[in-house]
Amino acid sequence: MTRPMCYGFLLLALVAAPWMGLYPVLGTKILCYALFACAFHLLLGYTGLASLGHAAFLGVGGYVAGYGIKAWALSPELALLAGLSVGALMGLVMGYVSIRRSGIYFTMITLALAQLVYFLCVQIPQTGGEDGLQGIDRGMLFGFIDLHNDRVMYYTTLTIGVAAFLFIARVVRSPFGQALTAIKDNEPRAVSLGYHPDRYKLLVFTLSAALTGLAGALKAIGLGFVTLSDVHWMTSGHALLMTLVGGLGTLSGPVVGAVVLVTLENKIGELGALLAGVTGIGWFATLGESVMMIMGIVFVICVLAFRRGIMGELDALRRRVRTPNPAPESQS
Amino acid sequence: MTDEVLGTRRLSKRFKGFTAVDNVDLSVKKGHIHALIGPNGAGKTTLFNLLTRFTEPSAGEIHFNGRSVCALPPREVARRGMVRSFQISAVFASLSVLDNVRLALQRELGMSFHFWKSDRVLNRLNDRAMALLESVGLTGVASHAAGSLPYGHKRALELATTLAMDPVLMLLDEPTQGMGYEDVDRVTALIQQVAVGRTVLMVEHNMKVVASIADTLSVLQRGRLIASGGYQEVSTNPRVMEAYMGTAPGHGKESVA
Repeated sequence: MTRPMCYGFLLLALVAAPWMGLYPVLGTKILCYALFACAFHLLLGYTGLASLGHAAFLGVGGYVAGYGIKAWALSPELALLAGLSVGALMGLVMGYVSIRRSGIYFTMITLALAQLVYFLCVQIPQTGGEDGLQGIDRGMLFGFIDLHNDRVMYYTTLTIGVAAFLFIARVVRSPFGQALTAIKDNEPRAVSLGYHPDRYKLLVFTLSAALTGLAGALKAIGLGFVTLSDVHWMTSGHALLMTLVGGLGTLSGPVVGAVVLVTLENKIGELGALLAGVTGIGWFATLGESVMMIMGIVFVICVLAFRRGIMGELDALRRRVRTPNPAPESQS
Repeated sequence: MTDEVLGTRRLSKRFKGFTAVDNVDLSVKKGHIHALIGPNGAGKTTLFNLLTRFTEPSAGEIHFNGRSVCALPPREVARRGMVRSFQISAVFASLSVLDNVRLALQRELGMSFHFWKSDRVLNRLNDRAMALLESVGLTGVASHAAGSLPYGHKRALELATTLAMDPVLMLLDEPTQGMGYEDVDRVTALIQQVAVGRTVLMVEHNMKVVASIADTLSVLQRGRLIASGGYQEVSTNPRVMEAYMGTAPGHGKESVA
């Protein structure tokens, strides 16, 4: 199967999903997290920088969109734009502070800054504190697309998600993407060719944050609420998990990771009840309460058994099938 | 001196309790192939890092084309025409051979930050990139991933990428290190060929290479410059013979690559 065919199938499945029994609101949620994971991966996959600050962009993007709709009756398109802009702005500032460091230091700085944002969100009245923002009206997109219909909301989200995905695909195959890859491969060499790595990293950090802000705004509109858990650093960990489960370094990996994990998270209770019914073991019925434990186990299995992630493993498998004599390839 | 491209005055680098480069006065003349030799740990690579501003000197001055470069960041030194290679072969492993060379060329197009453009806009650089690959004999592998090349080809690619910057002065850190005999001969010929109209400063262990192409030789020992001059002059210098080459000039223990 060729790569365009894979993407075709994935898109087809996402288009058909609401007609195959997927609850559109859950679908919307999955797509928002997929966009979030893709944005996160734009940074991690192309600079190697793991940010624990992305929850701040997601949460604040959502808060700004939600607050704008509730307080100023912003139209959905303006609310989305606001989420995107706030994400970009925060990314620029947070990136400026953190980008000079790499590895664990970078991660810790982004984490610290995200915690700062978290406590601000707890304190200021506009976020609704512990209650969060509830009952955000979806409104009419461009004045004539009624987002109150769940399926319309789903397809709107899908359209925006696909556009964002294509945008990311363009970024990584642009002159900028080339420079970014070079810097990731060998930073001193890039410097010796006259490149200024920090500027490239700052730009990609800002782009990633902007898309994350967009995902947050989209999620606020689609689900109708924003809570503190969106700004909590665990949400950044979630994006990291989705990326790793889906496959680091593959464009579609984060999408697949988001689909798998969000579905698992939301359906594990039902799955547990089903297992309890079939096997007669009552313990399974409590699975829904231990979502975090299940996620932990998934992560451990992923790290131990298939480190390349789902798409990475599929890629490797495909290459093995295509190579008639796999023996000399086995080391690669 | 007017024909000096690169000069240092009392350049020093001290690490804790250890002086890696000690009061070095180096003068590289325009158009020369200038070889820097010395035993392991003599400070050659540190000196390279100082010259290209990858490392901050403890004391001293560096002049390139008559102007001090001591306040410039390394990327700026590169943009002014002093371009270095690295001891370990430095290629962009996940990019194609052609892309590697194009990266050195693309900055001048001024669209390295254009994230909304397709990389097809870089195709206009292909002719120049291919010409550079031709000069190092790599046209046949232009579409291969640079990381998959054999070692000798990587060094050749690095040379082509460095050349793409159209440098006034090329600093090559052990260009023939770890190569087989055929590769050494090829790269030696290559350096000689690309040095026309430029200046080359190279760290080199292989005395055969040094003897055949270097116009000037400088010898470092424990951070100090102990001799400088033509091959004959330096190789018969008693201090050099004692410190580095043993008693048989041109056939010291370091001559085996």
